[in-house]
Amino acid sequence: MAAPTTQLDPNQADFYRQLLREMLLVRRFEERAGEAYAQGRIGGFCHLYIGQEAVAIGALTALREDDYVFTSYREHAHAITRGVSPRAVMAELFGKATGCSGGKGGSMHLFDVDKGFLGGHAIVGGHIPLAAGAGFAIKYRDTDQVAICFFGEAAVNIGAFHETLNMAALWKLPTIFLCENNRYGMGTALERAAAVYDIAERACSYDMASETVDGMDVLAMHEAVARAAERARKDKLPTLIEARTYRYMGHSMADPIHGHYRTKEELEEQKQRDPIEGLKHRLFEAGLLDQEGVEKMDEEVQAEVADALTFADESPDPEPDALYTHVYQD
Amino acid sequence: MATITYRDALNQALREEMERDPNVFLMGEEVGVYQGAYKVSRGLLEQFGDRRIVDTPIAELGFAGVGVGAAMVGLRPVIEFMTWNFALLAIDQVVNSAAKMLYMSNGQIPMPMVFRGPGGAALQLAAQHSQAFESWYAHIPGLKVVAPATPYDAKGLLKSAIRDDNPVVFLEGEMLYNVKGEVPDEEYTVPLGSADVKRPGKDVTLICHSKTVAVALKSAERLDGELGVDAEVLDLRTIRPLDVPAIVESVQKTNRAVIIEEGWPFCGIGAQVVDEIQREAFDYLDAPILRVTQADVPMPYNKQLERAAKPHPEQVIDAVRRVAYLD
Repeated sequence: MAAPTTQLDPNQADFYRQLLREMLLVRRFEERAGEAYAQGRIGGFCHLYIGQEAVAIGALTALREDDYVFTSYREHAHAITRGVSPRAVMAELFGKATGCSGGKGGSMHLFDVDKGFLGGHAIVGGHIPLAAGAGFAIKYRDTDQVAICFFGEAAVNIGAFHETLNMAALWKLPTIFLCENNRYGMGTALERAAAVYDIAERACSYDMASETVDGMDVLAMHEAVARAAERARKDKLPTLIEARTYRYMGHSMADPIHGHYRTKEELEEQKQRDPIEGLKHRLFEAGLLDQEGVEKMDEEVQAEVADALTFADESPDPEPDALYTHVYQD
Repeated sequence: MATITYRDALNQALREEMERDPNVFLMGEEVGVYQGAYKVSRGLLEQFGDRRIVDTPIAELGFAGVGVGAAMVGLRPVIEFMTWNFALLAIDQVVNSAAKMLYMSNGQIPMPMVFRGPGGAALQLAAQHSQAFESWYAHIPGLKVVAPATPYDAKGLLKSAIRDDNPVVFLEGEMLYNVKGEVPDEEYTVPLGSADVKRPGKDVTLICHSKTVAVALKSAERLDGELGVDAEVLDLRTIRPLDVPAIVESVQKTNRAVIIEEGWPFCGIGAQVVDEIQREAFDYLDAPILRVTQADVPMPYNKQLERAAKPHPEQVIDAVRRVAYLD
């Protein structure tokens, strides 16, 4: 595993605070989304990201605006970090016309092409080849963009993962495969599902560069993805990154927080690695932030989330005729 | 007008569209160095290079998904399946990714791509290699489904499919690749969604597509000679969108219909066509509509059994006798 970044650079203080703010924003967003779900204001499946914030935020802040982002269905944080407004994401969760997918996608299918945010896919592992396809297009057009694909550790046992990694390595596609190993595929621990559970090792099968990263350390995530992005841009080579992280909530809102498959003690132990607390304390120790600063930041993001909720609440449902639009492109 | 094979007509369509639009590329198993498992892509690697004619590993799900991803960012992939039997491994990408992307994204992501390859039975390839999947794909909103019968239609429809901004399932006929027909020297396309009267007639409509067009035409000849029945042969050409007005117009004229398809009967294309006719032309019908399909069994290997399983003119003639009350 890559060594945690221990030394903070005071010149980067604004960037560190931005990372912290972004993590706080998506955590508050998810907390409020969970409440709204419990109140019946959000329907369907809703998969919260609480605990995993360092992965999306560290990774996506290492990419450029013209890069392509593909994710699975636990993707509210990725969309927001990519620049989709919390209003548009919350409105989509509420199924409203103002949502980033017009209320037709929902929690699992967030899209915003202008932000290079290409979904929001809900068949485990089914989107992995899509990101390689974007990598193929980048190479076809000979630009120096990067495609990144986020997926959970349960997806590494599916055929699409292996077929795609093989082709990405064979064709030298500028694609980053970022496995968010939160240890459980729904209720099945990785060790109960995979013969080889050091996921980064799987890259060896395809002679692909790989790295295991502390997925609770936002700076380590940022640096690892920056390295992979450089490899993609300069050498047109893919990378497999395994981010070791943890989800605090159930698999979805339909799932109890620990249930039968993990203990309360394990959950509490993992929370000691909390990515937000971790960065906050490092900033405190380096004298780059104080308690008052954090509180102010928290107030700001809570106001932003409250605004998103109000916006979502007050937004209209899609018009009835939206049912039949966008089935085919004219 | 040149007389060329269905195979070469498809080859011309690919070549012309790749010359016309640099975003079009062909990807699949054996499309390049091997020149295509059925030689549809013969010579394309030499002309366009391996950037645009891409040989893949045997990984249908993976390369179909690569095509979807490339289409999502604006390329126009043509994904070749060596046969549609193998595309079952990729159907998640065709159905869950390609067909739904535009809708899920509220119109943000069009999917300008073609999935193509031979479908249906050839000769003695047995159960896993002898399947017509038209009705599977036609069931899915978001997909267009095309199944041409002649070189002229194959070329014109493939060109339209490549230019279309929707995912198109393009079902070729393995037994049609050597069929010859006239193809204009000049540029032309055939629009998706339009059926074609392959033989005009007044007594009964034989509704067919792909390989069963030949079955229908042969049946029509015999009906004329043996029974004095003047059959109209209507080739659907595109299954989805279905050219309902053309079907209704023909049935209004003949008042009788027999539907012939290579697929299985249950929930087949014919079932949909019957539904359209009974709603749109009920008062014009003089007899129940009959269907001729593949036998409702997995395809057997034995030559005689295989022949018995496939739709053939004797069954069509028998069906026409019944709808015309000739017995």
